[in-house]
Amino acid sequence: MKIIIVGCGKVGRALADLLSAEQHDITLVDTNASKLRRITEDIDVMGIVGNGADIDTLTEADAQNADILIAMTGSDETNLLVCLMAGKVGHCQTIARVRNPMYSREIDFIKAQLGISMVINPEYAAAQEAARVLRFPAAEKIDTFAHGKIQLFKITIREGMPLDGLEMRHLSSACHCDVLLCAVERGDTVTIPGGSFVLHKGDVISVVASEQNMIQFFANLGLPTKPVSNVLIAGGGRLGYYLTQNLLASKIPVTVIEERQERCDELAELLPGAVIVNGDATDRKLLHSEGLLRAGAFVTLMSLDEENIFLSLYSRMVSKAKNVTKINHITYDDVVYGMDLDSTLQPKFMTADYILQYVRAQQSSGHNIETLYRLLDNRVEAIEFSVNAPSAATDIPLAELSTRDNLLICCIMRDDQVIIPRGSDRIQVGDSIVVVTLAKGLQDVTDILAPVK
Amino acid sequence: MNYSMIAYILGWVTGLQGVLMIPSVIAGLIFREPAVWSLAGTAALCLVLGAPVLFKKPKEQVMYAREGFVIVGLSWLVLSVLGCLPFVFAGAIPSFIDALFETVSGFTTTGASILENVEAMPKCLLFWRSFTHWIGGMGVLVFLLTILPMAGGTHMNLMKAESPGPSVEKLLPRVSETAKILYLMYLGLTIVEIILLLLGHLPLFDALCLSFGTAGTGGFGVRNDSVASYGSYAQWVITIFMLLFGVNFSIYFLLLHKRVKQALSSEELHGYAIIVGAAILFIFLQLVLSGTGGKHPLLEASFQVASIITTTGYSTVDFNQWPAFSRTILVTLMLVGACAGSTGGGFKVSRALLFFKSIRRQLFFFLHPTGVRRVTLDGHAMDRQTMRAVTSFAASYMAILIASVLLVSLEGYSETTNLTAVIACFNNIGPGLDLVGPAANFHFFNPFTKLVLIFDMLAGRLEIFPLLLLFYPRTWRRH
Repeated sequence: MKIIIVGCGKVGRALADLLSAEQHDITLVDTNASKLRRITEDIDVMGIVGNGADIDTLTEADAQNADILIAMTGSDETNLLVCLMAGKVGHCQTIARVRNPMYSREIDFIKAQLGISMVINPEYAAAQEAARVLRFPAAEKIDTFAHGKIQLFKITIREGMPLDGLEMRHLSSACHCDVLLCAVERGDTVTIPGGSFVLHKGDVISVVASEQNMIQFFANLGLPTKPVSNVLIAGGGRLGYYLTQNLLASKIPVTVIEERQERCDELAELLPGAVIVNGDATDRKLLHSEGLLRAGAFVTLMSLDEENIFLSLYSRMVSKAKNVTKINHITYDDVVYGMDLDSTLQPKFMTADYILQYVRAQQSSGHNIETLYRLLDNRVEAIEFSVNAPSAATDIPLAELSTRDNLLICCIMRDDQVIIPRGSDRIQVGDSIVVVTLAKGLQDVTDILAPVK
Repeated sequence: MNYSMIAYILGWVTGLQGVLMIPSVIAGLIFREPAVWSLAGTAALCLVLGAPVLFKKPKEQVMYAREGFVIVGLSWLVLSVLGCLPFVFAGAIPSFIDALFETVSGFTTTGASILENVEAMPKCLLFWRSFTHWIGGMGVLVFLLTILPMAGGTHMNLMKAESPGPSVEKLLPRVSETAKILYLMYLGLTIVEIILLLLGHLPLFDALCLSFGTAGTGGFGVRNDSVASYGSYAQWVITIFMLLFGVNFSIYFLLLHKRVKQALSSEELHGYAIIVGAAILFIFLQLVLSGTGGKHPLLEASFQVASIITTTGYSTVDFNQWPAFSRTILVTLMLVGACAGSTGGGFKVSRALLFFKSIRRQLFFFLHPTGVRRVTLDGHAMDRQTMRAVTSFAASYMAILIASVLLVSLEGYSETTNLTAVIACFNNIGPGLDLVGPAANFHFFNPFTKLVLIFDMLAGRLEIFPLLLLFYPRTWRRH
């Protein structure tokens, strides 16, 4: 497909890389010529220098014939204007990033009026993800499918857990509940494990389950099942605001430390339920006086990744608090993954995931993809398909279905019921299914089948 | 330096050269010439040399600008050395240096020849000689990019290093698609010319060879008098197509996409049209007024102007006999050259435009020492990097020109001969003035001078830097 990306900041660049690798034709538009040149030297994309809201620039980028336009500039207003203009020039689908909480309240109205197909609010989405792991602090990361009914969570096996040394086939009986372990990360390798796979301490496992089963699973492993008692947040930006709002709604007490006086005033007005502290969160004394040692969770959301990482490492040292660290800029992912950080939040990747999901869904004729996540350093994809029509994959017992290598059907969602499938189950029209796969680029339910040779 | 990637691409280039010799082999079979074995043998040699590399795709495929330049520079050396073998094997050009000169002249689309009697050559070798123009015109690595699947965007560096012009841009988001559309337009225009020449009752062989020479803006003819003995219809067709192949191909791309207004508003196109128009007018007037013109003074003026500015090098008259003013106009055109992004050589119209604009800007700075002014082209402000590249290109261009003239003058021929021989080779034109005029050839130079001119031709086609980098020790240093 022909895709235009306006604005090549962090997310724009990550998207260009990702979508170009999926064989889409990408045109990048940005006002900064030297930035564009750097990107076009690394990635096989075309760069156009200019303002994306300018009709001439859009024409030069061939917006008349584009399929999708993604507005990712730093300004909400520019993004909306770019989408509006793109609608005038051509007939492409438009995606805008809009971050201001003021606009997000009226977002449906704006979408309808400006003819925008999708609006993304990365901070809001990141706040939702952070709130999930604070509600279930045993998990390092939780993604949801089927509107929250299916959970995909990640935990690290630590010394002394019953899972250490367990053979996969005994998993269900060992933890007394219906869960499915869909991926294991050990050192540098990611596997989709078979029945004879033996788990070890240090493995990072991804598990699919319904919410009750997830809680059961944690309880049987002796992990906490209750939300964190209270949360200390360093950094009161947009993400901090959304997260506090979400946590307060679940009756979890929140303290926010923010350095800018005016922002503190704003937050105090917007979030009357939270404790707002004006100060430097990197100040050790301040952290202690605000109760880092007793906190249920410590969330670092400041603009410098290095400070976030450093504070989290400090907190791991001095307290038992659950840690959530925002990482946005750093490209040395491998270094970050190697550190004991508990949960990390990467709004850049989340935005890219949402858009990838949208683009893939547009590609398949039936718009089958409901949800898509890239897991474990982008090596595994978890995708939710809706099954709208009979196909080669439907009505055949799973045991007889010849699926791709390294692909696992984790879950079938039928009439609000979550089924962890066995060999005798069949995929039926009307179901949603969740698959985990090492293969990239799946677009349709039938793509789960092994390619015919 | 990613040596395995360099070897991989060079393997492909070698193999590709073998495949590209096949049409000439077919021509040899049709004409039943014994020289066909020299072509077939070289083709087989290229395939055998290239094949082993193809099965070893390097793990690390990243190419930085450095690898891009080195690959392009080395590829052209490899192409030239392997491409001259058929001439040597067949005994048609016994001296290796002569054969190399002829082949480099072909690939770089120069058209300067050491052959004294073209018509005595086997036809299949003449076909190969003209076909090298067609390959060299758009570039062999650009062709390779259309067929070689590569990940990432770093292979854009190959295209940048091989394509002429101050700033090489993609026409489509993908490098391979851009290369494909360029070759399709190139092929399309060539086929139209072949058909038009056939309609003028030219033999198929002549039509093909002349079209290859026009398309690549090369200039090898298949008759001793170049294009003079064909009728005025064929000469007009060739005139028009020479001018068309001297235009930036992105203009044709815009026209294909019905963006006519944008295409016709190109400043470089305007500059090109004005230069061509003015040159034709002045030469035509002088030929008529001085009575030195032949039967068709307008055609004579137009043909020579088109041939020289696009750096093709065909001729229909011996312009060495023209009055001084007309000859000087032609020498000036030699230095300007065609548009960027065309198959022609020379300094390029757009570079000349930017150069003059930066001189004007310098004047402005004298009046307003702290003033701010940016050089623009087609309404876009040029960034500092492009401007710096233009000025350093101009400086290197002058340096190589002067050094080459000095080296060539060791042989003791006249200044006009030395200067125009270097200009004609460096700008990939072909004929110069005096002893190297359109009626003469480069046979009489000694091997050393020929080597200097071979360097000039390659430097001119690759726009100096890819070739110079091969001789820059730091390029090969490990750190």
